[in-house]
Amino acid sequence: MKAIKPVHLALILVLLILPPIVGTAGGAWVRILDFALLYILLALGLNIVVGFAGLLDLGFIAFYAVGAYLYALLSSPHLSEQFAWIAAMSPEGMHVPIWISIPIAGLLAGVFGILLGAPTLKLRGDYLAIVTLGFGEIVRIFLNNLNAPVNITNGPQGISQIDPISVLGVSLAGERGVVDFWGFSVSSVVAYYYLFLILTAVAILVCFRLVDSRIGRAWVAIREDEIAAKAMGINTRNMKLLAFSAGAVFGGISGSLFASFQGFVSPESFTLFESIVVLAMVVLGGLGNIWGVVIGAAMLAAIPEALRLIVIPVQEAILGPGNAVIDAEVARQLLYGLAMVVIMLWRPSGLISSVANRPKGKAAVQTTNEEPVVPELVTLNAKI
Amino acid sequence: MLPSKPLRAPMTEFLQQIINGLIVGSIYSLVALGYTMVYGILQLINFAHGDIVMVGAMAALFASKLLMTLFPWMPGPLVLALSVVAAVVVCVPLSLLIERIAYRPLRNAPRLAPLITAIGISLTLQTVVMVFFGRNYHEFPSLVPQQPIEFHGLVISVTQIIILVLSFVCMVCLALLIEKTQVGRMMRATSENPKVASLLGIDTNKVVILAFGIGAALAGLTGVMLAANYSLVHFYMGFIPGLKAFTAAVLGGIGNVYGAMFGGLILGLVESLGAGYIGPLTNDFLGSHYQDIFAFVVLIAVLTLRPTGLMGERVADRA
Repeated sequence: MKAIKPVHLALILVLLILPPIVGTAGGAWVRILDFALLYILLALGLNIVVGFAGLLDLGFIAFYAVGAYLYALLSSPHLSEQFAWIAAMSPEGMHVPIWISIPIAGLLAGVFGILLGAPTLKLRGDYLAIVTLGFGEIVRIFLNNLNAPVNITNGPQGISQIDPISVLGVSLAGERGVVDFWGFSVSSVVAYYYLFLILTAVAILVCFRLVDSRIGRAWVAIREDEIAAKAMGINTRNMKLLAFSAGAVFGGISGSLFASFQGFVSPESFTLFESIVVLAMVVLGGLGNIWGVVIGAAMLAAIPEALRLIVIPVQEAILGPGNAVIDAEVARQLLYGLAMVVIMLWRPSGLISSVANRPKGKAAVQTTNEEPVVPELVTLNAKI
Repeated sequence: MLPSKPLRAPMTEFLQQIINGLIVGSIYSLVALGYTMVYGILQLINFAHGDIVMVGAMAALFASKLLMTLFPWMPGPLVLALSVVAAVVVCVPLSLLIERIAYRPLRNAPRLAPLITAIGISLTLQTVVMVFFGRNYHEFPSLVPQQPIEFHGLVISVTQIIILVLSFVCMVCLALLIEKTQVGRMMRATSENPKVASLLGIDTNKVVILAFGIGAALAGLTGVMLAANYSLVHFYMGFIPGLKAFTAAVLGGIGNVYGAMFGGLILGLVESLGAGYIGPLTNDFLGSHYQDIFAFVVLIAVLTLRPTGLMGERVADRA
């Protein structure tokens, strides 16, 4: 562990007291912080697949969906309403405790990670991307249509009345949005913020331990040069499957948190666009760089929300009232699209490159005159 | 079971599905040609190609509405023809512009970079169109007689006949271009080995521009075909056809122009027959709304079992 400097302590302090400060502007802003933390978790998961192991996964949101739906099915009245035998067991709806349902959600997502990763092991970068995209869409289509003949997912209407998380008996949704415990009284979104913050910290710790382990180094070796990695004795098949499932577990757990936080899941939340959003966050932050990904995710989650406030007023100031052309949702999409293009053209290694520490004088093999080699983007699968 | 389908002889039903499959397949073929030509030369999946199709449809919608307002006496088919011209006129420069600013700087970059850029461009195109045309579905005007033609129980509309004929003509023209002309020889040489081709005096950039240009022209045409066939235009309409066309290109063997044509037709047939028969086959567990999954399943199956595609070169490494 590197030495803890005062700057780090200050940062931790800021993170801890952020919600009450932000909360003075309204609970909606704290909700934005909560969603930003969920996106950070997702981006960390995708970072394992794309950043560490170099496997471009465009269907990552499928694991998010699996985790969310499993948690929803285990913690809502839906299954009891659909199946008589379940209603006989638990007439009030299923209320599996979170200590069971969240790990199971992560586990099932991990299994899906292996299932979805297995056919892709031989594929080159672009094809891997398209196939994973296809898998993401397949999962979404199934979620949308598995309401006949047996209603498992309730189709486009989604599953609602999902239990909120309760820690030590105290439900985080609280009474009228206010959680009381041991005399303290915080609003529900703030309580969720601290929960997500703790889990994100654990996730970041896990990522750092992974990257320094044999597994992490195996992933980086596969990313840089798969054939050489195999020659060194790394079981590339197992390592790739492990990367998919590790990323999927992150996705599944954050999915279950999302389901409990929002109280409602539907296939609309798990589109290809969301996969691309998470990819944009990882790309922006720097593929493979953990802190970069955290910052990238936080920025790309928070900036569109901040833009939401200024997009319409600025246009109305310029073009006249009622003439705003771009609304907040459009601005958000435009931001993600342009961010990906601009980052790739201007700074492909992301905001915080994981080769930023390379001494400036060293010129590694230059492929072009404009761009120095960006190792983490090299996929050595050239046509032979 | 769907209650309102008229009962037909099984053979007629089968032939109808074949016809439908060929129609939708020829649309996939034309779009797949765009993917395969670009991939053959640059090894780049032009993720934004499906959205060029959408832009073509939107341009045609705009042009047809404009023409019908300015010249109400103009006959429908002429408006349609001019809309096609409008679509091509918009799509080709757009595609060349995208190539110039987004793909050419990344020509030597590692493969992930252009792919991510392409995704970004795709998203940007959709959003820009959404700004100008809104999120709603727009109705494409009926410019040719809508009365379907019946022939021994088989039904086909005028639009669909036009689609079949036009696709065939385009594919034949492209084949002739590639085989018989100097330009075609340049393209074939460049797609086989760009470096040696440039050593032999072929300007690679010009060939790339040609590939993008022809692909975009076909995309514009396809956009109008989709719009006319389904009478609906929407900012997201290019995504699924684009993906399916890419599947068709892979199925036929990516990089291979004939593979793209062939793969498109096969995929169309698979999809049509599959959607028609999957209900009875799975006892109604899976219905025809799972239709979109067929393309993905075919893609995964092809890449797993026969990565060369039906006619092409290897795309997967040995494990």
